[in-house]
Amino acid sequence: MATENTALPVYSKKDFESGVDPRWCPGCGDFSIINQVQKVLPAVGRKREDIVFISGIGCSSRFPYYMNNYGMHTLHGRAPSFASGLKVSRPELMVWVVTGDGDALAIGGNHFIHAMRRNIDLKLLLFNNRIYGLTKGQVSPTSELGKKTKSTPHGSPDAPFNPPALAIGAGATFVARSIDVEGAHLGTVLKAAAEHKGSCFTEIYQNCPVFNDGAYVSITEKSVKVDALLRMEHGKPLLFGKDNKKGIRFNPQTAELEVVVVGEGGVTEKDVLVHDARRDDPTLAFMLANLSLKPGFPTPIGVFRDVSRPTAEELTWNMINAAKGKKGDVDVVKLLAGSDTWNIK
Amino acid sequence: MSTPSKVQQVETVTIRFVGDSGDGMQLTGTEFTRANALAGTDLATFPDYPAEIRAPAGSLSGVSGYQVNFGSREIHTPGDAPDVLVAMNPAALKTNLPDLRPGGMLIVNKGAFTASNLEKADYKSNPLDDDALKHAYKVVAVDMSMLTEHALEGSGLSSKETARCRNYFALGLMYWLYSRPMEQQLEQIQKKFGKKPEFVEANQKVFKAGYAFGETAEIGLQRYEVPASKLPPGTYRTVTGNYAAALGFATVAKLTGKQVFLGSYPITPATEILHEMSHFKEHGVVTYQAEDEIAAIGSAIGASFGGALGCTTTSGPGLALKSEMMGLAVIAELPLVIVDVQRGGPSTGMPTKTEQSDLLVSLFGRHGEAPMPVIAAQSPADCFWAAMEAMKIATKWMTPVLLLTDGYLGNGSEPFKIPAASELPRIDVKYQTTPNHDGAYMPYKRDAKLVRPWAVPGTPGLEHRIGGLEKDSLSGMVSYDGMNHEKMVLTRAQKVANVIEDVPDVEIYGKASGEVLLVSWGGTFGSVRGAAEQLQGQGKSVSHVHLRWLNPLPKNLGAVMKGFKKIMVPEVNNGQLAFYLRGMYPGVDPVQFNRINGKPIKIAELAGKVLEVL
Ligand SMILES: Cc1ncc(C[n+]2csc(CCOP(=O)(O)OP(=O)(O)O)c2C)c(N)n1
Ligand code: SF4
Ligand SMILES: [Mg+2]
Repeated sequence: MATENTALPVYSKKDFESGVDPRWCPGCGDFSIINQVQKVLPAVGRKREDIVFISGIGCSSRFPYYMNNYGMHTLHGRAPSFASGLKVSRPELMVWVVTGDGDALAIGGNHFIHAMRRNIDLKLLLFNNRIYGLTKGQVSPTSELGKKTKSTPHGSPDAPFNPPALAIGAGATFVARSIDVEGAHLGTVLKAAAEHKGSCFTEIYQNCPVFNDGAYVSITEKSVKVDALLRMEHGKPLLFGKDNKKGIRFNPQTAELEVVVVGEGGVTEKDVLVHDARRDDPTLAFMLANLSLKPGFPTPIGVFRDVSRPTAEELTWNMINAAKGKKGDVDVVKLLAGSDTWNIK
Repeated sequence: MSTPSKVQQVETVTIRFVGDSGDGMQLTGTEFTRANALAGTDLATFPDYPAEIRAPAGSLSGVSGYQVNFGSREIHTPGDAPDVLVAMNPAALKTNLPDLRPGGMLIVNKGAFTASNLEKADYKSNPLDDDALKHAYKVVAVDMSMLTEHALEGSGLSSKETARCRNYFALGLMYWLYSRPMEQQLEQIQKKFGKKPEFVEANQKVFKAGYAFGETAEIGLQRYEVPASKLPPGTYRTVTGNYAAALGFATVAKLTGKQVFLGSYPITPATEILHEMSHFKEHGVVTYQAEDEIAAIGSAIGASFGGALGCTTTSGPGLALKSEMMGLAVIAELPLVIVDVQRGGPSTGMPTKTEQSDLLVSLFGRHGEAPMPVIAAQSPADCFWAAMEAMKIATKWMTPVLLLTDGYLGNGSEPFKIPAASELPRIDVKYQTTPNHDGAYMPYKRDAKLVRPWAVPGTPGLEHRIGGLEKDSLSGMVSYDGMNHEKMVLTRAQKVANVIEDVPDVEIYGKASGEVLLVSWGGTFGSVRGAAEQLQGQGKSVSHVHLRWLNPLPKNLGAVMKGFKKIMVPEVNNGQLAFYLRGMYPGVDPVQFNRINGKPIKIAELAGKVLEVL
């Protein structure tokens, strides 16, 4: 179905609501995420019918039913495979993938890393509540070590994934993080994701008030968040804390990132690392993605990495068009005959 | 000794080339097949190779073979027992000699019968010195190694490179023996090695040396000729089943002007379909090699959601991985073709060997009530027609369709009569572009045949969501209503049952009633038809029906079976069709004939079994 070349209608948020009432629990972080997505979409410059949402299975994966776009609620863990096929087949569509921490990183881990490394232009949103919501509270691949859940009553013995680090390692060309309760910030990140061309990973910290309430309060509470969150902006120094007095500095002696206080011990703003999301080498982005694993360090939010590479679907269609150009439109009988025939009279 | 001047005419002949995996027997076999195809004979081939790419050189496990049966009459199978065995080393002789027809011709590369090769093949002494061998067969022992070296003296090729030309000596000799013109092969060598002129010349030289050997052989070889067959007039090419399937899908893209999207993951013996289709880009084929079989079918379903004609190709273990996805395609009601090139199972089983392994899993191997049409190709060339038919059914009925072929069909080849454009099926692909219910779009509002509409992304106003959760029978909204679910289960089943309107009746080969009816499906067509033909020739009361359609089963099958005292079902598995028929037709209790040895059923063996039953 070719999309007609008519003017883009002026949309409002309502145009992206399917009219089906979301069936998430009251207070679920998924509400604020869908709210932001519906707010951002009118401004991404795409027609409603050209946008597709594809999800796996989980609370988060009910998302497409509530969007007034084309959508597919597929199988547990497999959403990237459908989305990849669709996008390669129809590169003109804008394809979003909605997934959970279990969906993307446990059962779907393989599809996830491959979607990231191929650099197909998919906008993947990972709702990370660090728990299996839909199956009522088991440990997930992002649950903390020692976490007590229904399936780990004595604490989880397994180390968790750090999703942005995983995505960077897998070759995603866009990697970001935001938080359900940081509405404005989430909106900006979603807009950046919409603008990116290529494999696009956005982790969204999402509270599940029923099975893992307060998973992120230690960084989102009003009283702590200035010190706990590092808001990364491309081209700006990595400053945080009250009056932006704290900063992140690269220490060449230890080859590590460290927290410094501007104005103390001779530290000036010039010593603070300027965030460069476009840097081709992923090493610094990887260090930032792992920053919050170190005690006493803030949690970065915003865009870790945003680099430009040819997408897999572009390369695919270049090859197809080259083959078409070289051989022209071959008649069906010629196709069937091939090059090595004989006749029987 | 004098050379017999007369060329003897024969009606059919079966030749098997065997050698070490590195000896190039697959190439020799296909090239010789091509020569006979160009000469207008009917033919069927059967490559038989080990699962390892390079098993230890000279070892028994590393033997690779290629059998071709060609003739001036209709050829149904690659032949039971070879009339001629071309063995390039002791291991090949050891593993294949038991199959050679008593009195058949044995051509061996004497030069490869070295002490170390004999030991690797577990021979205590050189079998070529054994008088019993010479009494049992017409033995032509030629030192191909040495003659190849002689031919290439001064060529500058290394001894390893020289050794790799040996197969062309064997080919040249066979060309002479079966009176095929050299020129086309010389051209073919030019084409194949064109980029490396030194190999063109070397292989041509060795090929000519093999041919000349036949002509001048002091042993006085009998020369044969197999005349052209009476195939219907037309233009032909040889195709393997895998190539034919790929060609079928590409033809669908051409005929419909729609994109055919193949999502696939390599697995023997299905991989060639992916290879071949990746060369059909200019015809509207998009290929995508996924990270596993699950993603492969997922990508195809995603593409089908987008309006492409999705398909996925695999073999047994891959089919098992796809089963949850097939259920999704059933409930989403999207067109999709799943090709299973069956191989020996379970698990990794016998990857390079054929087996009718997956009939029951295709019919019943999905979670929930998940029926889908199942078609089985009956010969290598039929894979072309079956692929198109499967696509036609998938799009017409908005359903996934399973297409079963097998290792024998996939790798085997036969002449394919190139159809005229007018002989190709009509495949109409329709998308819904307007609301279908009071100004709204209802994805599950069905037509009289119970087919739902297909609205694809990019169509304004028809935005909708589908997926694995049960849907309301009209609106497509998620529905947990039990009675709605029952209705949807029954509706999906009825829709697949309705496909019967596209299923032709079975044709009875032979009389409509009698003692024994042979019922076969899929790749055993040739063997069973061959046996029926033979037995009917002997005046036996044996008829044959063959099933290309396994679900729905042809309307007249039950009535046809009633005309016979006994039903016999020959299969390359442990009785899957027999089991199915017992369930579908109470009272029918077929006699089974099962061979599960990785090879097509032999006509003679089956005919013998039928005689026991008669
Ligand atoms: C093949 C398969 N295995 C298991 C399940 C059960 N299941 C459904 S959702 C889910 C986990 C969901 O967790 P997550 O992806 O974190 O999503 P959330 O519900 O937390 O949003 C599981 C195990 C399933 N639907 N399918
Ligand atoms: S279980 Fe948790 S994640 Fe799922 S809907 Fe309820 S609050 Fe949200
Ligand atoms: Mg979760």
